Amino acid sequence: MHPAYSVIIFTTFSGAGYGLLFLMGLFAAGQWIEPDRWFGFTGFFFAFTMIVSGLISSTYHLGHPERAWRALSQWKSSWLSREGVLAVAGFGPFALFAFGWVILESHDGAWRLFAILTVLFAVLTVYATSMIYATLRTIRAWFNPHTVRAYLAFAIWTGSIWFNLLTHLFDLHTPGIGFIVLASGILIWWFKRKYWMFLDGSPSWVSPNSATGLNDLGPVRLLDSPNTQENYIQQEMGFKIARKHAVKLRRWAFLTFFLIPYCLALMTVEAEAWLKIPAAILAVGFVMVGTMIERWLFFAEAKHTVMLYYGAEDS
Amino acid sequence: MTQIPQNTTGKKLGLVIDLDICVGCHACAVNCKEWNTGGHSAPLPDNNPFGDNAEGVWFNRVHTFECGNGADSRTVHFPRSCLHCEQPACVEVCPTGASYKRAEDGIVLVNEDICIGCKLCSWACPYGAREYDGDAGVMKKCTLCIDRIYNENLSEEEREPACVATCPANARHFGDLGDPSSEVSRMVEERGGYDLMPELQYQPVNKYLPPRPKSTGYEEERPQRLTPINPTSENEDAGGLFPWLDRVLSR
Repeated sequence: MHPAYSVIIFTTFSGAGYGLLFLMGLFAAGQWIEPDRWFGFTGFFFAFTMIVSGLISSTYHLGHPERAWRALSQWKSSWLSREGVLAVAGFGPFALFAFGWVILESHDGAWRLFAILTVLFAVLTVYATSMIYATLRTIRAWFNPHTVRAYLAFAIWTGSIWFNLLTHLFDLHTPGIGFIVLASGILIWWFKRKYWMFLDGSPSWVSPNSATGLNDLGPVRLLDSPNTQENYIQQEMGFKIARKHAVKLRRWAFLTFFLIPYCLALMTVEAEAWLKIPAAILAVGFVMVGTMIERWLFFAEAKHTVMLYYGAEDS
Repeated sequence: MTQIPQNTTGKKLGLVIDLDICVGCHACAVNCKEWNTGGHSAPLPDNNPFGDNAEGVWFNRVHTFECGNGADSRTVHFPRSCLHCEQPACVEVCPTGASYKRAEDGIVLVNEDICIGCKLCSWACPYGAREYDGDAGVMKKCTLCIDRIYNENLSEEEREPACVATCPANARHFGDLGDPSSEVSRMVEERGGYDLMPELQYQPVNKYLPPRPKSTGYEEERPQRLTPINPTSENEDAGGLFPWLDRVLSR
């Protein structure tokens, strides 16, 4: 699949934003963190900025961005619509949660309820995003349980690296936060590894024989394409570069989204004060770049069944 | 609504394409483009038509495949267009309701006035039936010539899709596949018409008829080489000057 930059930026940034909101909501609901005004302000600022800029960037690949509001109408059948509805509806509890934390410096009583709702909406929105991909039967690399797991784990992992930085900045870091970072790091490493093993080991989804129905006539191969130059279908679904360099790119992605930020985050737990902040900032930089590489690969490695009509030998 | 209609009339309009007959002339693709660039989804873009990167929207494309190996191999021409599936994922994924399946005849259409051009439907289609019109910013697809089949300004025999009307080999047929007694349904029954990628469970309405098996026993029926009528030079007994000369020179 052709990796559209607007979608890569959208899923990476909104994922990190929802991950950060999720953790702020979780720690507020559990009363595991002080409702410090400036910490709250900074946290909500980054989370909202990432979510909103992600949503705006996702409209860039639309043919008619001015009609984007219409995408909220088909929540009964479309996961893309559900994602939009959840993203918009979530801003209610988020705003109230932020109001309690920043203005009243409280997450007790009713404000705690909004923290819980924030956690719920953050998870549901990322879940809806992942289901857009996980329900496309045309793409074997997405139509599997790994997709949902990876999207949710990536949101929490990138969110926890942001949470780690902000709590260090405001001197609110606790061992519990360190534990979340370490645990979600292990989770993302495990899920992504399992996903790549699945991708390498999964047998062909649909064969050229099944695509043409010419089962009884022996192996089927393309003799002549209908068009001499690439058409929309081939440009959108026929991306091959990543598969050629898959091993190398996966290594780079793994280093940048997991190993380097993981080691940097580990350093922040026990390091000297002067080292903590730069390490935490670097970890955020690496994890965002790494996640974008990972998202790029998620698209670029995916094979679509339609390419069977254009000479692909499997899908 | 992008939900699949539950209360249908049972009518399933669609095409039956005979891969045994198709000669790969691309006339169906050309006539489809010709009609539809002035029809329901008009215009269909044609960018850079005389340049290096000519590209545009076509609802119908003819692929040519080679099957089998050696003496058993054969060429199969394969026209590909929207199959108007009974479970069209392209409709279900649409966030705006622009893509819909008609309850009255099962035709899958795009309402271009509310399409936002997110392209998700083209990702959901395994058959590549949907092509994006970058000029209009909306998705386009085969309409089963909805502006022909119900068009009372056309004579009765012209009320069929442009691809069917133009096929010089009669490889394409249009009809109601929901009616078991229709001509197309009987054709599917007799010839073993099949679905493309049935494992994906989109339940396409359009059916393909397989190429007929190659005739067997061909070797025995092959015409035998005839013996020469006037085997002059081989006839040792022939008299006369020239046969003698031939024998002398042949030594």
